[in-house]
Amino acid sequence: MSRFYTKDHEWIDVDGDTGTVGITDYAQSQLGDITFVELPAAGQAVSKGDGVSVVDSVKAASDVYTPVSGKVAEVNGALESEPELVNADAENKGWLFKVTLADSGELGGLMDRAAYDAYVAEL
Amino acid sequence: MTDDLTPDPDAPPEGPLTLPLDAWHRERGARMVEFAGYMMPVQYEGIIAEHLWTRESAGLFDVSHMGQLYLSGEGLDAALEALLPIDLSTLKVGQVRYSLLLGEDGGILDDLMVSRWGSGLYLVVNGATKWDDIGHLREHLPDEISLNHIEEPALLALQGPKAFASLEPLVSGEWPLSALTFMRGGPFKLCGVDAWISRSGYTGEDGFEISLPRENAAEIADALCDNPAVKPIGLGARDSLRLEAGLPLYGHDLNEDTDPVSAGLTFAISKRRRTEGGFPGAERILKLLADGTSAVRVGLALEGRMAAREGAAVFAGTREVGRVTSGGFSPSLQHPIAMAYVDAGSAAPGTALELHNRGKRLAATVVPLPFVPHRYHR
Repeated sequence: MSRFYTKDHEWIDVDGDTGTVGITDYAQSQLGDITFVELPAAGQAVSKGDGVSVVDSVKAASDVYTPVSGKVAEVNGALESEPELVNADAENKGWLFKVTLADSGELGGLMDRAAYDAYVAEL
Repeated sequence: MTDDLTPDPDAPPEGPLTLPLDAWHRERGARMVEFAGYMMPVQYEGIIAEHLWTRESAGLFDVSHMGQLYLSGEGLDAALEALLPIDLSTLKVGQVRYSLLLGEDGGILDDLMVSRWGSGLYLVVNGATKWDDIGHLREHLPDEISLNHIEEPALLALQGPKAFASLEPLVSGEWPLSALTFMRGGPFKLCGVDAWISRSGYTGEDGFEISLPRENAAEIADALCDNPAVKPIGLGARDSLRLEAGLPLYGHDLNEDTDPVSAGLTFAISKRRRTEGGFPGAERILKLLADGTSAVRVGLALEGRMAAREGAAVFAGTREVGRVTSGGFSPSLQHPIAMAYVDAGSAAPGTALELHNRGKRLAATVVPLPFVPHRYHR
């Protein structure tokens, strides 16, 4: 399994043709207390770069863009009652949705951990 | 060209300024953001925790970005009454009153606090509007009135049910701190330093606002936070606290196109001024007072967890009846709340409305303000 990162602070774990998407720990720390997560519908077709989820913090709402195209396979239902999971464990239990990848070639433009860390260090 | 290198206290600065407590905030892990031309702490440990701490215990806020003005001179009361709908004849030494700086047409240029000191009037105005306020006052006050922009002092607010017990042991003066009730202030010594303390604030809680010399700000903030009941609180929680308290935020819930009657701020138009008029926009405002307004500021309680933000359209059925001016998640109530201006016909508490926010329709009900009861010490 490999993990990639976007400049918009999403991460995606790729296992076969399934990608699990969330926001990075850096992103959650910038957003502050998360009070609500709006998730896409399972089965929804999505295109790379679409705003498919919204993370609402006390301060503001932020779009989450899907790093890949495909079909939403599953969403993290635990966030409905516990949106704060994204604060507590953004890069694991706080995942948002899973996508069945349409084109694994789209992963080529994403960053690995080292590149993402270097990117964040510049912000 | 001029060789004078002294900064003009009336001119807005170019880059963001730092607060007297800038280093103090950073040492305590604050995340700093630019607000109203200053680098300000938006949060320390997290907005929800800071918000709830203030409601349960006591929070220390740095509001040194706000404008502190001192006015004096012959004929001051009459001169200021020409610009604000306030009755200064009933404002005694040591009293504090909320008022509105009004434009020619009665639109709100700023909201502010006016206190009578022994020799003049002390005004606290919003940070984001202070330069415009100073310009407006200089233009409209007669030459006999001197307006002093006192930039030197820091301004701190200590808010919450444990504010009094936390402040009292550090204060001495001609009167005990307990002599102050809500909207009263006076000179005290705080940790031995001269300070002007008033019992007022922007959270809906009991609490104090403290103007003190900037060079003593850090030691006094330390002394206050040495008490385990007191924690520093950022701007983020200041905003969520004032929203729960139903208090408008200038630039969002109020602006120069808003009149005081639609804004629900008629309490700021003193009784004598309602009969005598003589303030900017008096004709229009007195007519609105008599006839009512087409729109009014209301509170909205939302269903679900998604917050509606400023600018969201408000619908009654298929008819658009207004706009949200402030909105967010209420940490105390655990659901989203908002303030909006809606048509008078849709403003009664209990009215079911719908908010269009980021492509979603959110169900909301008009509720009385404040959302969370005030706990002022009257």
